[in-house]
Amino acid sequence: MTKTYRRKLDMKHGRVDLTHGSGGRAMADLIAGIFRDAFANEFLDQGNDQANLPVPAGRRMVMTTDAYVVSPLFFPGGDIGSLAVHGTVNDLAMGGATPLYLSASFIIEEGFPFADLKRIADSMGATSREAGVPVVTGDTKVVERGKADGVFISTTGIGALPDGLALSGDRAEPGDVVVLSGSIGDHGVAIMSRRENLTFETAILSDSAALHGLVAAMLAAAGPHLKLMRDPTRGGLAATLNELAHQSGVGFRIDEATIPVKPQVAAACELLGLDPLFVANEGKLVAVVAPAGAAALLTAMRAHPLGREAAIIGSAVACEHRFVQMTTAFGGGRIVDWLSGEQLPRIC
Amino acid sequence: MKYVDEYRDGALARQIAATIAAVAHPDRTYAFMEFCGGHTHAISRYGIEDLLPANLRLIHGPGCPVCVLPTGRIDDAIRLVQRPGVTLCTYGDLMRVPGSKGASLLKAKAAGADIRMIYSSLDAVAIAEAEPARDVVFFAIGFETTTPPTAVAIRQAVSKGLTNFSVFCNHVLTPVAMRAILETPVAPNEPPIAIDGFVGPAHVSTIIGMEPYREFAETYRKPVVIAGFEPLDVMQAILMLVRQINDQRAEVENQYIRAVTAAGNVTAQKLCDEIFEIRENFEWRGLGVVPASALRLRDAYAAFDAERRFSVATIHADDNPACECGAILRGQKKPAECKLFGTVCTPETPTGACMVSSEGACAAHWTYGRFREHQTKAAVQMAS
Amino acid sequence: MCLAIPALVTEILPDQKARISLDGVMMTISVMLVEDLVPGDYVIVHVGHALARIDPKEAAITLALLQEAGILNAPPEPASLQEARA
Repeated sequence: MTKTYRRKLDMKHGRVDLTHGSGGRAMADLIAGIFRDAFANEFLDQGNDQANLPVPAGRRMVMTTDAYVVSPLFFPGGDIGSLAVHGTVNDLAMGGATPLYLSASFIIEEGFPFADLKRIADSMGATSREAGVPVVTGDTKVVERGKADGVFISTTGIGALPDGLALSGDRAEPGDVVVLSGSIGDHGVAIMSRRENLTFETAILSDSAALHGLVAAMLAAAGPHLKLMRDPTRGGLAATLNELAHQSGVGFRIDEATIPVKPQVAAACELLGLDPLFVANEGKLVAVVAPAGAAALLTAMRAHPLGREAAIIGSAVACEHRFVQMTTAFGGGRIVDWLSGEQLPRIC
Repeated sequence: MKYVDEYRDGALARQIAATIAAVAHPDRTYAFMEFCGGHTHAISRYGIEDLLPANLRLIHGPGCPVCVLPTGRIDDAIRLVQRPGVTLCTYGDLMRVPGSKGASLLKAKAAGADIRMIYSSLDAVAIAEAEPARDVVFFAIGFETTTPPTAVAIRQAVSKGLTNFSVFCNHVLTPVAMRAILETPVAPNEPPIAIDGFVGPAHVSTIIGMEPYREFAETYRKPVVIAGFEPLDVMQAILMLVRQINDQRAEVENQYIRAVTAAGNVTAQKLCDEIFEIRENFEWRGLGVVPASALRLRDAYAAFDAERRFSVATIHADDNPACECGAILRGQKKPAECKLFGTVCTPETPTGACMVSSEGACAAHWTYGRFREHQTKAAVQMAS
Repeated sequence: MCLAIPALVTEILPDQKARISLDGVMMTISVMLVEDLVPGDYVIVHVGHALARIDPKEAAITLALLQEAGILNAPPEPASLQEARA
């Protein structure tokens, strides 16, 4: 049988145009030339609009969906493709699930260079292989110039939950211990350093990472005592703690001195007038654990490469206002509230 | 960070707090206004008020250029950027300040206006140079700290021969505002302003020096202590103010000696003097129309003055009648005493600028101080 | 007043600009407002401009005064320090 002829894409100078989204030969060329090799796996290679997947018997299924619209598309420590894998895998892992499969839908702006698209697809493929979670099905659409910021990626993730695990954001109780897996603010600062009109240079890399390995170690060490996990992405640690406070109907008492912040992240935040508490992270998690399991949990986290700087940062308390109270490193007190809108650099 | 971390030492803070408590006379109260919004923010962020004795109160002053910008000027900026070909460059602080009828620069941007957030005034000049087809307007705000950077930008635009760069100038003056606060007539239904002394602004003072504050010490008999930006600086300055009050002195003292000299930054003063002159009048949110309180570009620089270039005619816009920003900016009322606080007016849906700006008294109270009435000092001791 | 932070001058550039470093975060700023800066100086940086040079001697005096203030019922500052500040 002869192999179907595929016109090779001009990777150097070629750009996506509206024909690549119309379902015809051009789109097939795009998929073959860029996505097929980037993601190569047995499910995708079947070439159907749906993936036929084995699911572990007797386990509960966990599903999540996400969209990635980050700008710039390429930033220190990652790109929209690697971010999409990490973020989706993490959403599954925060529930304690073993991530199994991903889907990826690309909305591409007319005029987007093939070279950039390939770079993103290759990165996403490599990241998914490294995480052990294949992209089993996908979709491609092309929209007119100006209707997408280069490319948007929408994902779904499917995982399987071990028996008896019931992590949930409403399970924190007064007395529970709050553990943070590492330094905050890295991702947001890395992104900002590539934005126009904010011309500072820093060696800070995004902390974007898949956390399911760390989570597996945490479950093994303190499974029965673990109440919930959440990754502090948009809105930062402040948003996550406030969400959890309201979901669980508790307050939190946090000690600023225990929260790890890299010196360069602290410095960049000082320069721009930002507070690291509100800056996004993409490779960190917050865990709430019953006191009996705290020590074992911390030890297990610190033994893992993604949890070396893990720290106990406070505890849940009874609080009718659901306040997140923080003792500042200075010794005074303050409330850590949700951020209103996006944090903007300030002059005052 | 050098010259920063050592002035944030919590252990030393608690010791100084003990000294302040020991030195403050128990049979009187002390009320000090920290003029500068940056100090308001630092006081809130570090929880400094938790460390002060109960008879010592800090009053948050109007030294927040975002907070005192009247609604009408935001409306002007929005109208400017809606003209064809205009690019408005602004600091991030102004994006969410409410204009009339709930408008804001952020909303105007969402509706398609070419508004660009910048970090430095020189970024606006760079944009003008890179995009000669655009009419670039720089929305300049700030007290004397931020005025020299605008002057540098204008100087740069001149030397590059730019014809598409102009400044919408809203720079305001600190000592004039301080005087206006002390001179505010007390209405029958309002409490009098009881200010015993001022924590003087840190970075305004690096520019203007110590001399401009002399009138407050000599004429008004109010001590002024210029304080650095870090929490230990603020506490040291408070201690110095308490000592002055106890000694019945009224002097201008400088705690921020590492950055503020008596003469200030003469280079910056000369540059500003060359480019700007004092307006006869300028409206402030909260203080009304204050004579000789703000700057505009001199005639020689008319080509760079957005108000002349675009014939800007500011229309006064009334604030929500229930909004107490005015009384709060004058230190007469506390945020919690405003009927709109926490209900209609929140950081998500701000009515007045005191809530929008992160250093406004209302935003600071919302974020840091809302629960303080429920807390006792014991809570701080428990945590330490 | 207004957000400003001390940073280290690492290099003087043409056109009255300089490179500064704040704990490894690098920026190029204008130094038109502060004359005679050299690498090694610390400056107060506000919106991309140097506003003032930090005086290391005065900084040390401030730290000493702070330490002194931490002693309960500390006596008023000694005359020698007052003179040094004048």
